[in-house]
Amino acid sequence: MSSAKATAAIVGSGNIGTDLLHKLARSSWIEPRWVVGIDPGSEGLRRARALGVETTVEGVDWLLRQDELPDLVFEATSAAVHRANAPRYAEAGIRAIDLTPAAIGPYVVPPVNLRAHLDAPNINLITCGGQATIPIVHAVSRVVPVVYAEVVASVASVSAGPGTRANIDEFTRTTGRGIEEIGGATKGKAIIVLNPADPPMIMRDTIFCAIPADADESAIAESVTRMVADIATYVPGYRLLNEPQFDRVAAGEGEISRVSVFVEVEGAGDFLPPYSGNLDIMTAAATRVGEELVRSLATVSGGQ
Amino acid sequence: MLRLTDTSLRDGSHHKRHRFTAEEVRSVVAALDEAGVPVIEVAHGDGLGGSSFTYGFSRTPEQELISTAVRTAKRARIAVLMLPGVGVKDDILVAQDNGASICRIATHCTEADISVQHFGLARDRGLETVGFLMMAHSQPPEALAKQARIMADAGCQCVYVVDSAGALVLEQVADRVSALVAELGDDAQVGFHGHENLGLGVANSVIAARAGAAQIDGSVRRFGAGAGNTPLEAFVGVCDKLGIATGVDFFAIVDAAEDVVRPAMPEECLLDRMALMMGYAGVYSSFLKHAYVQAERYQVSGAQILVRAGERKLVGGQEDQLIDIALELRREQV
Repeated sequence: MSSAKATAAIVGSGNIGTDLLHKLARSSWIEPRWVVGIDPGSEGLRRARALGVETTVEGVDWLLRQDELPDLVFEATSAAVHRANAPRYAEAGIRAIDLTPAAIGPYVVPPVNLRAHLDAPNINLITCGGQATIPIVHAVSRVVPVVYAEVVASVASVSAGPGTRANIDEFTRTTGRGIEEIGGATKGKAIIVLNPADPPMIMRDTIFCAIPADADESAIAESVTRMVADIATYVPGYRLLNEPQFDRVAAGEGEISRVSVFVEVEGAGDFLPPYSGNLDIMTAAATRVGEELVRSLATVSGGQ
Repeated sequence: MLRLTDTSLRDGSHHKRHRFTAEEVRSVVAALDEAGVPVIEVAHGDGLGGSSFTYGFSRTPEQELISTAVRTAKRARIAVLMLPGVGVKDDILVAQDNGASICRIATHCTEADISVQHFGLARDRGLETVGFLMMAHSQPPEALAKQARIMADAGCQCVYVVDSAGALVLEQVADRVSALVAELGDDAQVGFHGHENLGLGVANSVIAARAGAAQIDGSVRRFGAGAGNTPLEAFVGVCDKLGIATGVDFFAIVDAAEDVVRPAMPEECLLDRMALMMGYAGVYSSFLKHAYVQAERYQVSGAQILVRAGERKLVGGQEDQLIDIALELRREQV
């Protein structure tokens, strides 16, 4: 591993898999060698072949039959497919980075807990909405207790694939859990809205956190700004739309204090158009986690 | 017979800023049930799970209000609304446990495929199903019919043309309802849900019925978002005059509107400047109260917030973006 890059297979030749391929192709740590699909007409497979990557339409069965197995597999299919594939990767000793909301392995959001689970056989990246919002919840909860956090992800219809559409509940539930486990909120809620406007809207996310009435607002704002800069190191199109807003709002019979953070996520345009920031932040996070994993393996083996 | 659904305890939740008490729900359901309204919808304005920072927290948990409505109704069936992306399947199951028997599932009118799993669940559990194609003014009849087909194939028994912005005008309603009737045939019924932002709720509903709609929504005293919904009591009277059977007693529902529903309303639903902007610019009616709040908070024009929401082509659910618009307007002022 000291002289060669780690090898990777991308399972799923849709939008996410194809965008990820373009990012991994630039990596100094990972060589994407296989793209696994099931649809002979897939545009993603055609592009992969054009980049000199080996492809198949025979699914994971084919991949696991090969003499040489990948060090890493990136799952870019659907939660149901990953649930079926995950035990097989584990059995074959292949580390899995899961871009579906299957939530089998521990959650990782790079700017919050990049190195927390580098020894796990399976790492889950939650959802695009989770990657875009959980760091902000964490930025608030590292300053003050957050009893409740809520996020709204607005995504262009054309960048929401069939997997997301067929199981939108998985998105909201998995993101909600991530807001709690990684964001640090006692209770989390996620909302997703698909907007068909043409030209397509760039992904937008709003993050609301309940905060104590006497919270130090400038410390929260500073923490949020710092987090946005951290995210922008690997998602250059991630930016604050406004300064964090502080309000008192009605809840039940009383009022609670709230901080609201508004962000926009413009994609890098690697394969998908820039409005698909929702997909870009997933593939960027997957690349970041994959590279860190490989780096840690290299360190362990004493190779670097 | 045309089947009527009263939505004042759901769409009215927007006007009420989600502050219904169990006692208000009990009295409204009792009065509407007595008048013969066959279906009464109860939920947070943004559907099950809508209680939130984004849309406003419910004063009373909606499932508690649903239970109260079910216990109160002698004849009427209780319906709930849910928006995939806001609520989840578990919310539907809890509502059913609480006695709701009709599940209404709403999506923006180009996104019907996000409702497939919810219709499947509702039908599996024996719930009657209704589908809402919201902001129906934004799509031509043929496109709307294709989306209706997706819902019907998923198990939806009646697809509504939902004029969320109160922007549809007469023939535009007829064309859309007719397109859905032609597409769905015997597979599913067609319904119409109107708003009053251009003052056309009753007229649009009559036209929808004539075009083949079998179910019509209204809210007694217009108690709904924006300038409110089709006033159900007026629609019942008009149907009496036109010889369209609804099974609802005109005098009883008029009394309910005046004596029971009006006292539960914070104020009348008005066809004022802001509401007219929404109908004219095609803006989601539920944005109205949020626009007022942000206009006050940031000292900008509420009407401009709504116009810009129309320019940005926001859809239902994007209430959070009204704050961003208000901030943008304030930046432009200085």
